[in-house]
Amino acid sequence: MLAISIQIALALVTAAVAMSFWRLLRGPDIPNRVLALDTLYVNTIAILVLLGIHLGSALFFEAALLIALMGFIGTVALCKYLLRGDIIE
Amino acid sequence: MTRLLPHPILTPVLAVIWLLLNNSFDTGQILLGLIFGWAIPVLTIHFWPEAVSIRKPIVLLRYLAVLLFDIIVANFTVARLILGNPDKLQPIFVKLPLDLTSDLAISLLANSITLTPGTLSAKLSDDQGHLLVHALNETDPDTLVATIKQRYENPLKEIFESC
Amino acid sequence: MLEYFLSFLILTGAIFTFIGSLGLVRLKDLYTRLHGPTKATTLGVGSLLIASAIYFSIYGEHISLHEILITFFLFITAPVSAHLLAKAALHLNLSSLAEIPKAEEIDQEEMHETVQTTVTEASEKNERSSDDDASPDKKGKPAKSETITEASRTPDQKQP
Repeated sequence: MLAISIQIALALVTAAVAMSFWRLLRGPDIPNRVLALDTLYVNTIAILVLLGIHLGSALFFEAALLIALMGFIGTVALCKYLLRGDIIE
Repeated sequence: MTRLLPHPILTPVLAVIWLLLNNSFDTGQILLGLIFGWAIPVLTIHFWPEAVSIRKPIVLLRYLAVLLFDIIVANFTVARLILGNPDKLQPIFVKLPLDLTSDLAISLLANSITLTPGTLSAKLSDDQGHLLVHALNETDPDTLVATIKQRYENPLKEIFESC
Repeated sequence: MLEYFLSFLILTGAIFTFIGSLGLVRLKDLYTRLHGPTKATTLGVGSLLIASAIYFSIYGEHISLHEILITFFLFITAPVSAHLLAKAALHLNLSSLAEIPKAEEIDQEEMHETVQTTVTEASEKNERSSDDDASPDKKGKPAKSETITEASRTPDQKQP
């Protein structure tokens, strides 16, 4: 039961990654691409957590935590760049 | 007292984060977490722009419960709107006049607005008097403003600002 | 029993994550697209993380609660990045389905144009806009800009 639902969930999240990636490629402008990138980070966390349960390993947690931190900082830096044209003032 | 323990709320929060990060509840880790929770606020006291004071903790807990419930409702609302016909959506920008003055309360209000049904805070005016809110599907801006004010702004005002 | 509960949490989480990203593809302009990832994806990943915490607490060697840390972090940061993205989009004057108040009107409480000019501007903007942003749907426009004008409470524009 659990194994099957993890398989279905992995398929759904992979589809979500594909759709975010489509938006990343399609654009049509930079804020849309940043939004797609931000969604990709969150989807990646979902995939890592699912893989962690699937493989019964707690090692994926650190990677998920790092992606959460770095993804947020990356999005904020890109938005600052869009707002000011410069990251460090 | 204020110099030895500048942020009484921050200390337990940091200790809990340390314990969660280490994923263990040994006595040694609890002690280390408490030491960090005490040392970090003392060392970073000059970085904090304003002191955080929670006047009514019970109201805060009730506010968090309401917020959690609204987040779950928000998800179903937004999921239904996304799965429905996107051409029928009526997005609108609404200006929300703010009564709050402290920075922390305003940022918490903006966060709450973004997490709750169909609304997104987009921009704070320079004089901190208005918040521009984007609603995903809304035809009645006045009701929206009244709901946000009654549901989120009043409790926040009660918690963080003396009135 | 527990296995069913965990499966329920995992499937709900995955479905919400899927819907959040579906919003990126289906919705027509950036401001509406922002709603999907901030809400659906946050709760989706949140329930996946809670499922993981329960799973490792029961099948692992000891109680595992560190997934809650990521959940809290996501709930705090998702609105912040959405707010910054909306601010950046307003700064860059992206086309939108909703009427965007002008920059000075966000800061000051005044609106100079009549309803007519806002309507024509809106439909012009729609015709100019790029392939999938703001589909040319002129029927809804006048009603929307009227609500905006009423919302900002300028008495001389009620009857133009």
